[in-house]
Amino acid sequence: MHPNLEPIILSRTGTMIAHKSLKIIVTFTLALALLPFNAFAKDDSQAEESKNDFNPTDMIMHHIGDAHGWHFFGAGDSSVTLPLPVILYTKEDGFVTFMSSEFHHDTEGKYVVEKDGMRFVNYHEDIYKLDAGAETVEFDEEHNVINASKPWDFSITKNVAAMLLTVILMLIFFFGLAGHHKKSKKAPAGFNNILETLVLFVRDEIAKPQIGDKKYMKFMPFLLTVFFFIWITNLLGLLPGAANVTGNIAVTVSLGLFTLVLIVFNGNKDFWKHTLWMPGIPTFVKPILAVVELLGLLIKPIALMIRLFANITAGHIIILSLLALIFILENAGVAGISVPFALFITVLELLVAFLQAFIFTMLSALFIGAAVEEHEHH
Amino acid sequence: MDLITPEVGLIFWQTIVFLVLMFILAKFAWKPILGAVRTREESINEALASAEDARKEMQNLKADNEKLLQEARAERDEILKEARQLKEKMVSEAEADAQSKADSIVAKAKESIEIEKRAAMADIKNQVATLSIEIAEKVIGKELATEEKQHQMIDKMLNDATLN
Repeated sequence: MHPNLEPIILSRTGTMIAHKSLKIIVTFTLALALLPFNAFAKDDSQAEESKNDFNPTDMIMHHIGDAHGWHFFGAGDSSVTLPLPVILYTKEDGFVTFMSSEFHHDTEGKYVVEKDGMRFVNYHEDIYKLDAGAETVEFDEEHNVINASKPWDFSITKNVAAMLLTVILMLIFFFGLAGHHKKSKKAPAGFNNILETLVLFVRDEIAKPQIGDKKYMKFMPFLLTVFFFIWITNLLGLLPGAANVTGNIAVTVSLGLFTLVLIVFNGNKDFWKHTLWMPGIPTFVKPILAVVELLGLLIKPIALMIRLFANITAGHIIILSLLALIFILENAGVAGISVPFALFITVLELLVAFLQAFIFTMLSALFIGAAVEEHEHH
Repeated sequence: MDLITPEVGLIFWQTIVFLVLMFILAKFAWKPILGAVRTREESINEALASAEDARKEMQNLKADNEKLLQEARAERDEILKEARQLKEKMVSEAEADAQSKADSIVAKAKESIEIEKRAAMADIKNQVATLSIEIAEKVIGKELATEEKQHQMIDKMLNDATLN
């Protein structure tokens, strides 16, 4: 949905700038529109040709992607980066752990880390284990690594660290609220009151209407946790230098799987009957419909997963694209237009942060509600 | 690190972290919070219900009071009415009594006047008789002062009282 929005916003910006720049913007816009379907990290042929030129795609991909260290500012050896633990697993040699700082900010596969007799390189934030005897990483013509293999990577990456930050915040917030309730029976004041209002919002506007008064309590822990997790992570993701956690497909895959598991394990007899052997239709249609229904069962969490991922990532891409315009056009005056626009989008993203958390929770509740609903027999 | 290729490591961490977070929060935060909120809501509902009851009771009391007041007012009117009637009765009774007393006094006065009158009459009659006798004695004394005259008298009397 957002890739459609980008050309509009960007082309609007374009009309304000001189005509000769229009061609560049159109090319750039098209490139961005295709971004989710293109692995730009692999698109090195262009990068090589204009090595000293600013490459917005690389910059944006670097900002919205995951990393093994938490980079704040600066470049190269002078950059300020929080080192994070790298945890790798290989079948032959088991677990290997070292800090990401041992790569010395290198993501081009040049710096080789030696651990327990194994050699590792970081190539575009993928960690490769060099084959025995290899001293440096080698590439074929298509820039694929030829003399190294990828171990299982369970590193505490930037996204995991950001996720843990959300966890810490949530624990502080809600232990505080629970602590208040332990001490007094009165309604809380101040920040706790805001939290309680939100908890009640999830209960009264999401869980109760979608699942029903009788069964909603069972799903409240999931709905509350997922709502606040997504929302707080979304908001933290808007901070400068923060990680793009909810805009990472792995995170949304995991969250979508939770909803799928809840639907599958809580679906009642009626639900499965309607899914696998729909009553009230001719027998020969039933198997066809069962396939459709089973596909639908999978598509629901997949839709949740893509919606959250795409919305958050698109928001980040728009902001970064607007800022990238300054460097593409090599004119500081563009900042006068780009920065207010980026600010506007950031404010919009504050709304999107809440909206996406709400939609994810709402639809999860809706799907769960449909699975546990008591059908009236007709 | 590809944009749309999920990484196993991140899925793993997200799942573990989310599960742990959900269970910790469920046990130590969501349960007490939702429980406390429910308790509070129930107590608020109870308070509202009892306030409603109190209001109804108040209304009943007010209605009772109104009824009592009306009854009292009616009773007062009744009493006043009776008092007025009693007063009128008493006044008329007193009037009648006074009339009869006055009548009897007048009657008694008349009677005593009659008696007095009669006594006076009798007195006058006696005095008249006495005077008459005295006069008669004096007259007779003079008429019969001599023997001759006495005889004449006797004769006359005897003549008058002829034996028939």
